[in-house]
Amino acid sequence: MKNNAAKINSTYREALKQGLREALQNDERVFLMGEDVGRYGGAFAVSKDLLQEFGEERIMDVPLSESGFVGAGIGAALAGMKPIVEVMTVNFSLLAMDQIVNNAATLLHMSGGQLNVPIVIRMGCGIGKQLAAQHSHSWEPFYAHIPGLIVLSVGTHEDARGMLLTALKSPDPVLIFEYTSMLNSEREIAADAGAVDISKAKVLKEGKDISIITYGTGVYKCLEAAAELATIGIDTEVLDLRVLRPLDEETFLASVAKTHRVLIVEDAWRSVSISSEISSRIMEKAFYELDAPVQRLCGVEVPIPYPLHLEDAAIPQKNDIVNAVKKMMSHD
Amino acid sequence: MTQSVEIQKPLDIKKELLILYQMMLIRRFEEKAAEQYTKAKIRGFLHLYIGEEAVAVGVTQALNDDDNVLSTYREHGHALARGIDADFIMAEMYGKQQGCSKGRGGSMHLFDTSKKFYGGNAIVCGHLPIAVGMALVSKKQKKTNITCCFFGEGAAAEGEFHEAMNLAALWKVPVLFVCENNLYAMGTAIRFTHSMQELEKKGAAYGIESSSVDGMDLMKVMDAANSAIHKVRSSRKPYLLVCNTYRFRAHSMFDAELYRDKKEVEEWKKYDPIPQFQQYLLQEKLITETEIDEFEKKIEKKIQKSVDFAEAGTWEPIDQLTRFVYSENKS
Repeated sequence: MKNNAAKINSTYREALKQGLREALQNDERVFLMGEDVGRYGGAFAVSKDLLQEFGEERIMDVPLSESGFVGAGIGAALAGMKPIVEVMTVNFSLLAMDQIVNNAATLLHMSGGQLNVPIVIRMGCGIGKQLAAQHSHSWEPFYAHIPGLIVLSVGTHEDARGMLLTALKSPDPVLIFEYTSMLNSEREIAADAGAVDISKAKVLKEGKDISIITYGTGVYKCLEAAAELATIGIDTEVLDLRVLRPLDEETFLASVAKTHRVLIVEDAWRSVSISSEISSRIMEKAFYELDAPVQRLCGVEVPIPYPLHLEDAAIPQKNDIVNAVKKMMSHD
Repeated sequence: MTQSVEIQKPLDIKKELLILYQMMLIRRFEEKAAEQYTKAKIRGFLHLYIGEEAVAVGVTQALNDDDNVLSTYREHGHALARGIDADFIMAEMYGKQQGCSKGRGGSMHLFDTSKKFYGGNAIVCGHLPIAVGMALVSKKQKKTNITCCFFGEGAAAEGEFHEAMNLAALWKVPVLFVCENNLYAMGTAIRFTHSMQELEKKGAAYGIESSSVDGMDLMKVMDAANSAIHKVRSSRKPYLLVCNTYRFRAHSMFDAELYRDKKEVEEWKKYDPIPQFQQYLLQEKLITETEIDEFEKKIEKKIQKSVDFAEAGTWEPIDQLTRFVYSENKS
């Protein structure tokens, strides 16, 4: 799109922060509230210095009352503002699940279309920091199950920079999953990167032999696996789902029709997951396109353990992806 | 923080008559709703407010049109008091698309943004944090309106009650919490659910001014509400008003009322707010028996009209099933 493609290096954290800053600059109705977002600078330093820049009316520290402040965010959205509510980590969002599921997702419907809930809820999430069973949840499938919510997964730096801006234009509640293990990673993004589409999945690397469908921390892992597979002559297509609800079927079905083989990769537990949904839709709508059964690499069904070697073994790693693809291709 | 409430102003006669009319309308509307329920015209849950009318009417009369109102699943009274027409409420209970929530909500989910009536929330205490958020916007945008949030004493045992009270006081937002203490959380008496049964005392823990009032006595409720709302409006801070009341009917249409003695119900009926207020108006010669009869006739007609409206209403076509999951207007 951009001809004068000037690039800058940015960490995932900085991309999130600049997205937040732009959102706050763009619209007076936007404010951020969450645990430790102000004086502490954000539990993960995403909102560092924003309190100084925007003041405490717009960067609000809140008490540890997840249900209370998420509900207050919903009320603020009903009353005409554009709250960004940060739940420090997705693990604590279970304490606010009543507000998200019973109120944010249902008020439009129960009121016969009268009430909009334009709230954006950002949550740090992911596995890989040795934080053990209560701080390593992949709750994307929980929330992707709920009609009325829009669920976004930030798998790339471009999306870290841009998803929030578009989410704030939505009249409906948006949940944004941000992956804390990626915060320090640095990548090149366009110097003028900004708002991105939040309705479509995206093919990040085209290929003809096999499609790997993934999201979140799976994205860069799969791209690295694809680069390794290229060295042995396997041409992999990598697709980032990006939007976990509503799913962009069109894009992944088109990829299936092109490559005829599919591996789905996610950190979440295998049963009743995003991958099980993708797999069934492929079965329903693209069965005759397949040259081989759909395969999945998912989180092992265990609460995430503390020791690094066990934690690593609990979720798909690059080598697992490479090996799975090789095995699928060897059946020809 | 607890304090008694004194009468603030002399009675406005016309307003008193309107208020009697509203209480009688709510009572008769709900009796009719129960009838229609037994005829299977209304389904789902139906939670009747009969006995508690003085609270909804006494508080709502003190609100302005631009104030926000949130309520529970026992909200027919609040919705009627707020001015949502009986036709649209009855049609909603029938599930017809002419209902105030297009039939999507039913008895527990009455909404009307034109009356600033935001539900109809059927998760006990789920709407308290929302009320705080709406009041927060009034503060941020320097509006003069307030938010009024009705809930039962059952809600005061939820964690969200305490979160909402703390946030409201911490943020200094103009919200009136109205606790309707009808002594039973569904079928469990307050002595089994609250360690501190003088619920107004819970305000003090958060520095929230509070008071309690006899919720069966309309004029006392009005005085307490006038005073509390005046305080919220002028101080821009929260207030907790506990209205001690009683529900004459079962919790819902499925409730066999095994948990309370019929004698207890009969005892409370002596304090029925409607005859009490009628007696007062008669004694003071502010109304005549004939006028009360005329009210009854007028109400009977109005309720029958609402039934006719609901009966004549139409079902939303099934091909519209997935409407209102996401907004149709994306901007």
